Order: sequence, then C-alpha cells, then structure tokens
Amino acid sequence: MCLAVPAKVTEIKDAMGRVEISGVTRDVSLMLLPETKVGDYVLVHAGFAMQIVDEKSALETNALLAEMNGAPRTVD
Amino acid sequence: MALTRAEERAAAAKIIEEIRAMSQKLEKPWRFMEVCGTHTVSIFRGGIRQMLPEQVELVSGPGCPVCVTPDDYMDKAIAYARREDIIITTFGDMLRVPGSESSLGEEQAKGADIRIVYSPLDSIRIAWEHPDKKVLFLAVGFETTAPTAAATVLEAKRQGIGNLCLLSAQKLVPPALRFLLQDPEIHVDGFLLPGHVAVVTGTGVFRFVAEEYHIPGVVAGFEPLQILRAIYLLCRQAAEGEARIENAYGSVVRPEGNPHSREILEEVYEPVDAGWRGIGIIPRSGLCMKGKYEAFDMEHQLPLEREFKIRKTACRCGEVLRGLVTPRDCPLFGKSCVPTHAVGPCMVSVEGVCAAWYKYGQGRFQQFAQSGKA
Ligand code: SF4
Repeated sequence: MCLAVPAKVTEIKDAMGRVEISGVTRDVSLMLLPETKVGDYVLVHAGFAMQIVDEKSALETNALLAEMNGAPRTVD
Repeated sequence: MALTRAEERAAAAKIIEEIRAMSQKLEKPWRFMEVCGTHTVSIFRGGIRQMLPEQVELVSGPGCPVCVTPDDYMDKAIAYARREDIIITTFGDMLRVPGSESSLGEEQAKGADIRIVYSPLDSIRIAWEHPDKKVLFLAVGFETTAPTAAATVLEAKRQGIGNLCLLSAQKLVPPALRFLLQDPEIHVDGFLLPGHVAVVTGTGVFRFVAEEYHIPGVVAGFEPLQILRAIYLLCRQAAEGEARIENAYGSVVRPEGNPHSREILEEVYEPVDAGWRGIGIIPRSGLCMKGKYEAFDMEHQLPLEREFKIRKTACRCGEVLRGLVTPRDCPLFGKSCVPTHAVGPCMVSVEGVCAAWYKYGQGRFQQFAQSGKA
C-alpha cells in the first residue's frame, strides 16, 4: 500500500501538478509538497506528490562499492 | 545517472559476496525483519532470500496496512456499505478482506455502491456528483498514506463539502516496532525500515530502536539492489556490534521527512490505542480524527448501533506478522486459504506475507534463485 513511484512534473496549476506515470498523464496534488517546481522528479503516492527525488541512488551504490574496495567509510 | 543492468548485477554480486564473508563464522544466523509489505513483495520478486547465505535470515513483520486492519473495522465498513444512502470509496485491496460474515466485495456484488479510487481526493469529486448521498472513504494506511487522507479532509472543508466522511483505521509504524521489541518471544538482529513511511516521518522516529533496544535499523528503498545494500549495512552493523539508524534511501528520505505532511497529519488526527489484526491493541498506534473535524468522522456523524467484536479463527496471521512463524506453518496455508479464497487478510492483499509466499513460494524459488545468480 505504501508503494510510491517517481514521476517528472511537466506543468503546475494552482495546487496541482501534471506528471506522467508509465505513459499515463495524471494530475497530482501538491498540497503535501508545495515547493515543487516544473521539471522536478517527485515521488507520487495515492494522487499526491510526497517528496522530491534526488538522482542519488546510483551514487550511493558506487560509494558503497568503493568502501568495500577499501575506501574510507562515507555511507551512512 | 543510473547504473546499467550489468553494473547492477556486478554490484549485487559484490554485495552478496561481502555479506557472505561477514556472516560466514556466525554460530547463530542474523535475523532481520522487514516491516513493510512493499519490501516483502520486492524481496520475493527479486529472489533476494535465495541469494543470501543461510546465515542471514529475513522475516516479515506487520507492515501491510490491509493485513493488520482488524475484522471489527471491516464489519463496520460493511454495515455502512449496506446503507442505501452511502457510497463507499476505497483502495482496491480492501474489497476481499474478510469481515466476520462478509466482505466488501460480496456486498458490492449484492448491489452496494463501493467504488475503488486511486486517490482519496477522488472521493471529493464523487461527493460533488452525489449531493444526496454520503461518501465514506475507508482511510487505511500507515504514515505514508495518512497525510493524503488528512489533506483530503482539509480540501473538502475548503470546498465546503458536507457529505464526505472518513472511517479511520490508519496506523503508525514506530509504536508497532516498540511493541515487537518488547515481546520476549521475538528475536530480531535488525530492522529493514520502511522507506516510504520515512519519507513522511524522517529517520528520527526510529532512533529509539537503536538507542533503547540496541538494535540496528536501516531505511531502505524498494529496488532489489537498494534492499541488498540495506541488508549489507545491517550486516555490517551487526558484525561490528553497532546499533544505529542508517538511511540507505537518501534519494527520497530526508532526515527531517516531509514537514508539510506531518503538519497536515497533526492538524487532522491524534494518536489513539488501536487494534492490529492478530496482534491486539498497541498503545497509541492508531490515528483518529480530532474533535474539530468531527463533521468528517463517520462514526461521529452516523454512529452504528451494534457493537463490533474481533472474532477468532484458525488463521495464524498474528504470529506470521510478528515473524514467529512462516505461512508454511499455518495448517490452512495453500489449502482452505488461498488468494482467491482467503481466510486471513495476509492472504488477501498482494502485499500480504501469506500471499507473497503463495505466489512466489511454490516451485518458483529455484527459478528465481537461478535468474538471480545468472
Ligand atoms: S495462510 Fe491464511 S489462514 Fe494461514 S496465516 Fe496466512 S492468511 Fe491466515
């Protein structure tokens, strides 16, 4: 039930943002994330934008791999 | 900048190798609990259990909101659904959850007006379209979902909608963790913490797990590689005797969570003692609407006359949800209890532990293990 998916905001009108989720255009409420800007990737859950997504996941994996290879600990 | 498939596979192989090295000499396996139903499903789908060495066990916890919704709640929802003047709006997985004598799905087949919505906000439109009826949204979910229902109440109020109400069975994860930690029967060496709950709450609410119980916790994302990374971090803490709350889902989980969501949540709701199916009452683990929003609280607007009780069945969901037994230990599993005819709620929801075991556990383990290693 807590499934949420990332989507790019293409348009904002009033407190609603337009996003595309797997090929379908949807309007999501920005009530819980009023700081959203056009172009942001947001995490969408039950019709609401919940948080802005950073493209950090790949970096985190790489940092962890570097640590396993002996780099100092940075991952937390 | 995403990793390519090949890079992902190489990273997964490396992480597993490190986990194996760390856990090799253990006398007793590490037991980590995932407390989120979406994690349960990803773990099965990704074949993660099969990739891990025997010394690292994963058990599922009470993290599927539908599964922990008690049958007295379903009976109340059904009693409302039977009224001609009420339209029920709900997320789809509530339809097959058994109440004591019926389910919402059966009531719908008999003609009750029950509509599946994608967002609680859809209830506002339905309320507009049917001014002569009351629309009842079944507000079920954890901290991730509760703000969306609370925001819907605020929006309905702003639009002056008088015919929309909620029936709240929303729940909070940290009190359930505390309850599990206090149970002497339950033994866990670490928690895989629910990423999308933490998007709202932030990571601080989980600190007590490490500070008071000296158990590590890692907030995890939902891709198989993100889960593996989190398991690795749990192993590393366990190996070094540490207990901290780490965030392995920094792409969306901020330490402070989402303050707007929490503000809206606190505006509309307050904590109450709540019943969890198969587990019992957990203090201050549920959310009820504050007095000032009673106009949107169904139990206040149209109180039901009968009393509703929790019934006993042979279902072992309670033990399954506490990680004490696996679904295979339930005598009904795969026999009288299957997804198309569920006895307990853990078999109903796609995120239920029993449903995940049933779907991915029968003969498919090998196949998944092989593709996982390929
Ligand atoms: S298999 Fe069915 S009856 Fe048994 S614990 Fe799971 S949901 Fe309950």
